[in-house]
This record gives sequence, structure tokens and C-alpha cells, in this order.
Amino acid sequence: MTMSNNTSPITEKKLDETSACINHSEKKESKLSLLKYTFIGMLFGVVFVKAEIISWFRIQEMFKFQSFHMYGVIGTAVAVGISSVAIIKKYNIKTIKGEKIIIVPKPFSQGQIYGSLLFGLGWAMTGACPGPIFAQIGAGLMSGFVIFASALLGTWTYGFFQEKLPH
Amino acid sequence: MFAMIENLKSPWPWYFAGAIIGLIVPLLLIIGNKTFGLSSNLRHICAACFPANIKFFKYNWKNEIWNLFFVAGIIIGAFIATHYLANPNAIVINEKLKLTLTSFGVTNFSDLMPAELFSLNSLSSIRGCILMVLGGFLVGFGTRYANGCTSGHAIMGLSNLQWPSLVATICFMLGGFIMTNFILPFILQFN
Repeated sequence: MTMSNNTSPITEKKLDETSACINHSEKKESKLSLLKYTFIGMLFGVVFVKAEIISWFRIQEMFKFQSFHMYGVIGTAVAVGISSVAIIKKYNIKTIKGEKIIIVPKPFSQGQIYGSLLFGLGWAMTGACPGPIFAQIGAGLMSGFVIFASALLGTWTYGFFQEKLPH
Repeated sequence: MFAMIENLKSPWPWYFAGAIIGLIVPLLLIIGNKTFGLSSNLRHICAACFPANIKFFKYNWKNEIWNLFFVAGIIIGAFIATHYLANPNAIVINEKLKLTLTSFGVTNFSDLMPAELFSLNSLSSIRGCILMVLGGFLVGFGTRYANGCTSGHAIMGLSNLQWPSLVATICFMLGGFIMTNFILPFILQFN
């Protein structure tokens, strides 16, 4: 993955393609319109707490094969997600603004193997992936703030060394 | 109505939680052509607050502000669930896990996180510091290196049948399995 400092539109497109976390909708949204994402996030935050997904104990049970709970949550979510995306593609469903729905493919790099293994280690240590970190903060768990600050430092460090790491 | 709220207070079953999380995928696509993925927020926050002239943080993070609105919702939702829909009973934990943890002096099973490991006081213990600081670092570093986390790869990527996301998901699980079963017992010794 090479990223140029040049900020011409072509280079930016290239950067977008290698970073699936960047979205593509061109239309700007107003602050009020952005609140709809906050509402969906709220639903998600409630589920994180109520289904105990943010519990360190549930994560340990998962990795020790002592409980089906987390496998059930992830499995159901994936099944519903796969069905939904298949329906969207089959019936060419548009966004509420009439745009064509675009899902950027996730390109493969060997960094995914190293990064995923490292994240897996961190997930089992903290009991939190990036979503639940924010839920821990909302739930008032002090550990959430420490884990969040450390995760930011981790992401920043990745950015600092990105070009030197094997991808 | 009262019975319904009482039901909401007990822990939600996996199929209900899983279905809601799965439905977030099409919901985000349809309302705004957005792909689900939460770890990118850590990058956006770095880009907004500490770009330090690093190429990886030189992009217009404001275009991704919807995701920060989404995360603000997660914080609010978790707050509401904790304060108004809290489970009145103690969390149910596998007996074998309790025995294992008790042997390491972790005996507080009343909350979502064990207080012996994840309170601010435990930050001064070697194991608490390793778990929170190093663990958090690995989450932030690993997810960006992997270009996604549980939401971006395991849920969004698999929903779109991306094989690189399957590779990533298998590696997440493998990393977690190794940590919990082989490395964590070592770390927990250092109280």
C-alpha cells in the first residue's frame, strides 16, 4: 500500500480504494441529517450493553468455547447482513436519496493477517473491539477511557510506521 | 407496558442482538450509502486531533463525520441502557471461567468487567496496566493494520462476501484464542 503526498484528485481516489474505511457518498449532509446516524448508534449502544457484548467475561467465554452467546450474536448478525446485502444487490435497491448503493471491496494485503492477529490479542485482553470501547465509555466504565486512549495511540503509531510495515 | 420494560431489563438473547446488529448494515447503506465499520473512527480522531504531518492522517476526515455521529450515538445508547435498562441481577458467568478467574484472585463478578483488572486502581498493578494499556494499543494498532475490525470485516466484509474479511475474521479469532488460553494465564499472575 503506497500513499502519495500528492493531493490531486486521482491520488485521492487511489487512497480511497486502499482504505475501505473511507466512504464514497458525494452528497454533503447537514448536521441535522447526520443525527440519523446518532439514532442508529444509540440503538447499537443499547444492544452492546443489554446483550452483554461489552462484557469482558463474555469475550473470555467465547475464546474458551464456554458459551455460545457471542457466536450466536456474530453468526446471526452475519447471516442477516449477508441476506440484506444480497437483497439490495438483487433488487438494485437505492438509497433514500436515489443514489446507487456502493460497497467498496476490501482488498487483501498480508498486513490483514498480522494486524488481525494483533487485534485478536488485544480483543481478548481488553474484552473490547473498537465499537464496545465507546460503549464502555457510555456505560461509565473507567477502563473504557484508558483503553480508548491506548487504542488511539495504537492507531497513531500504525500511521507513523505505516510505510515501514509489511503489507 | 411495565412487563415489556421488565423484559428489556433482563439480558437480551443472542438472536435478538445479532439481528439488530445485522440490520444496521442495510440501514446505513440505505439511509446514506455508508458502510458499517467502527475502527476507522480511531483514525478519524487521530486525523482530526493529532495529524502530526503524517501521510496516513492527511485526508479530509470531515467527510467521514457521519461515523463520529454514529459513535456518539453508541456512547449515548450505552449510557441509557446502563442507567435506565440495567439488569437488576448479577451477570451469569460460566462456572468453569469463574473457577479459573478465582484462582487468579479475580472474584468480583457483579459487573460487566472484573473490577480487579479494569478499575482505575488496577492500573497501578502490572496485570491491569498490561491489559488496559497494551491491550488497547493492540486494538488500535491491529485494527488499522488489518484495515478493519469486528464490524468492518467480520460483519460488513462478510456480509459483502469479501474473502479478505474472512481471512481477517479467522485471524481475529485465532489471536483471541491464543491470548485467552495461553498468554492471559501468564499475565494474570502479575498482580
